[in-house]
Amino acid sequence: MGAGHAHRLYRQGHSPVHALPPHTKLTAVFCFVVVVVSTPREAMWAFAAYALLLASVAYAAHVPPLFWLKRLLIEVPFVAFALLLPFVAEGERTEVLGMSLSVHGLWGAWNVLAKGTLGVAASVLLAATTDLRELLLGLQRLKLPPLLVQIASFMIRYGDVVTDEMRRMKIARESRGFEARGVRQWGVLAKSAGALFIRSYERGERVHLAMVSRGYAGSMPVIDEATATRAQWTYALTLPLTALAVCLLGWTLS
Amino acid sequence: MDPVVTAAPPASASLEVTGLAYAYPDGHQALFGVDLRIDRGERVALLGPNGAGKTTLVLHLNGILTAGAGTVTVAGLPVGKRHMAEIRRKVGIVFQDPDDQLFMPTVREDVAFGPAAAGMRGPELEARVRKALGQVGMAEYADRPPHHLSFGQRRRVAVATVLAMEPEILVLDEPSSNLDPASRRELADILRSLDVTVLMVTHDLPYALELCPRALVLSEGVIAADGPTGELLADEDLMASHRLELPFGFDPKSVRGGEVVESSVAGGCCAVHGER
Amino acid sequence: MHVPDGFINAPVSVAAGAVAVGAVAVSLRGARRELDERTAPLAGLVAAFIFAVQMLNFPVAAGTSGHLLGGALAAILVGPYTAVLCVSVVLLMQGLLFADGGLTALGVNITVMACVTTVVAYAIFRGLAKVLPAGRRSVTAAAFTAALVSVPAAAAAFTLIYAIGGTTDVSLGKVATAMIGVHVLIGIGEAAITALTVGAVIAVRPDLVHGARGLTAPLKLRVGGELIDAPAAPAAAPASAASATSHRKLWAAGLVTSLVLAGFVSFYASTNPDGLEKVAHDKGFDKGEKEHDAADSPLADYGVKDITNTRLSGGLAGIIGVGVTVVAGSAVFWAVRRRRATDGTDTGPASTGAGVTATAPATPAATPAAKPAENA
Repeated sequence: MGAGHAHRLYRQGHSPVHALPPHTKLTAVFCFVVVVVSTPREAMWAFAAYALLLASVAYAAHVPPLFWLKRLLIEVPFVAFALLLPFVAEGERTEVLGMSLSVHGLWGAWNVLAKGTLGVAASVLLAATTDLRELLLGLQRLKLPPLLVQIASFMIRYGDVVTDEMRRMKIARESRGFEARGVRQWGVLAKSAGALFIRSYERGERVHLAMVSRGYAGSMPVIDEATATRAQWTYALTLPLTALAVCLLGWTLS
Repeated sequence: MDPVVTAAPPASASLEVTGLAYAYPDGHQALFGVDLRIDRGERVALLGPNGAGKTTLVLHLNGILTAGAGTVTVAGLPVGKRHMAEIRRKVGIVFQDPDDQLFMPTVREDVAFGPAAAGMRGPELEARVRKALGQVGMAEYADRPPHHLSFGQRRRVAVATVLAMEPEILVLDEPSSNLDPASRRELADILRSLDVTVLMVTHDLPYALELCPRALVLSEGVIAADGPTGELLADEDLMASHRLELPFGFDPKSVRGGEVVESSVAGGCCAVHGER
Repeated sequence: MHVPDGFINAPVSVAAGAVAVGAVAVSLRGARRELDERTAPLAGLVAAFIFAVQMLNFPVAAGTSGHLLGGALAAILVGPYTAVLCVSVVLLMQGLLFADGGLTALGVNITVMACVTTVVAYAIFRGLAKVLPAGRRSVTAAAFTAALVSVPAAAAAFTLIYAIGGTTDVSLGKVATAMIGVHVLIGIGEAAITALTVGAVIAVRPDLVHGARGLTAPLKLRVGGELIDAPAAPAAAPASAASATSHRKLWAAGLVTSLVLAGFVSFYASTNPDGLEKVAHDKGFDKGEKEHDAADSPLADYGVKDITNTRLSGGLAGIIGVGVTVVAGSAVFWAVRRRRATDGTDTGPASTGAGVTATAPATPAATPAAKPAENA
């Protein structure tokens, strides 16, 4: 899963959305997704409103639509699953284009598709406007336990190391005519995984020793302090609050 | 770890190691009882072939590895859990590969990392960073990402990251490896200009002779020899029995008349100060 | 297996979220004993590694592909508590950065992929490690089996959650067959990769394998060219009885909380009676599908046919789910406790303990008690 290299997610920019402190953005996205998920699936217009909201955020963040839509491709496996639902679900059936489809399944497919897509779209926007390191700082400021932040920051740091080693090993494999085609190649892939692990660890261990030698004790020291003003919070929370209004409307109307 | 025992050495010892033995968790034993003492202001080279346990010894100096037997004392403080933060501030280790040492997005943040971890903030931190970068002549690179610098520049920034913590003793692991001759000389000039105790771990014998009046030979996990660098390098039997080889055509005796002549006087402490 | 937003209904998502928060909280406490400053980056690396190998998609039959879950690998390399944290972090970052798995489904994802795989794998691994003769091969074999079972177990847990809170009433039999069937295949791949990785690591850096921490040779001193035994350093402080009891209390509290939560919340969760009735009367459970008997049995428990009140039966299913975990967890917990009592203790920090325990073969460092992770 996951598409490619972590750094490619971020899109450098100087929009008002980029400038927001990361913890306000994290809070906003999380609240937005919660609101979306708790919207009744029958209120189709509400989902259109959400999409419109996200599109306006994307516009404010100068995220080009094509970039955004491409990143949405991550969702394809779920879409495939959702499209299967009408065929396999139980319950009363209806005829569409000569196919017998389950009504429940159709609703289910719509539900998964709409909510899933909006969730993915919101996360994509977050990742596109927030640097990885900022994201960690945001999580830290949202009081995520330090140990988790620490693991996450190591993970991101080693992410580069691992993908780098992985690429090198892949090149080495392929330059010797290897191609992953099926079960028979699993052994090779698995052996690569073992070697990959050792190689990455020993590199990461050295970096860690250097950090520990300079007094690192589990949390990144704060070098440049950043706090969110009330205005920034208000700006960030506009998204989920508007969404909440739509959601409440959805509940009362349906 | 009895404070009474550790108070015994006079305060002038920057580093004291006694009976240090260590085995890696996989059972491989690397150190077999190391004893050494370095006085304040000395510049000492720790020589040894690959696999002699040099890096393992270095990792004991600031408590990253904890001794199986024996003790390490830095400026009168025993290395142990109780004083770990202070020990790490006092012992500045410059690792062999600067890429391991530099992990922040900009040079400035990287140099600030150590003092910031010790709780320093604001203008004081800023001043500390500027001073450390100035000492290694890298002040104008403060806002560059470290991986865009040349190897020699990265090694100098790595030294600055450690200097920013104002250590009691500077420990350099193979400082001259992978440096071109010009960078090598620049680094030597920087090291000579610093007023700290230096322990230089290396198998670059000419570099050791150039910079360090005194040398220790670590072989098979123990200190096999201790004396003026020039004398040790001139002792062919000693060199051969510990797999230490001088570069082709290099004669340590010929260098003795040169710039390092005063520093080859035993008791390098005075020699170093005389030099400044 | 990443669950997107809107796939599981809100109450069950919240319940799973509560379970996940509980599990992470318990793990945070437990991980302090597993992690020291030398192993902390290992946890990060394991997380990065899991992240990376999840991109290694296995070609599985019929054009589908699956990926490693990584729980087994993490549990064996860094210990179960830390493993839960590692996989949780991976899932969190995947949700935030790659939008892989919904943010509101994070609880479900953590419960299934972090807790269930880790606990199942670690229980099996330790059990086998005890039975098999000590040695590298045994560790590798135990790792293989643990990983093999952990994946279908996660699939079963997913199916259970889907049964309680799925937003679409696909017949449970179909979900179970598809999920568990596919994941048995993925499990084989996971087992192979886990065993080979653990094998490779143990060959080069046995000190990195949490599940294989063991013997340290006595230290020697070289005096005048001769090797003599080093004097034994003071032994690491044994784990106090107080910490053992406090852990037991914590463990019990965690279990009771999750039991109550799972029971209560899934009681209210079953707002979709159609789905539940469907499930209860689904013919798929009764006939055929003999090959899935074992996997179906907890689900059969769930579909308690006599109970017509769907809410009640939903709540019951939650309690049964936790109950099964309690029993399994208790078994491991008691086994570990008894073993600790007989072996004597050495729970000193691994870094200092390495050379310190000069003569006695150390017990695997700080054998943690069974981790109470639950599948709601």
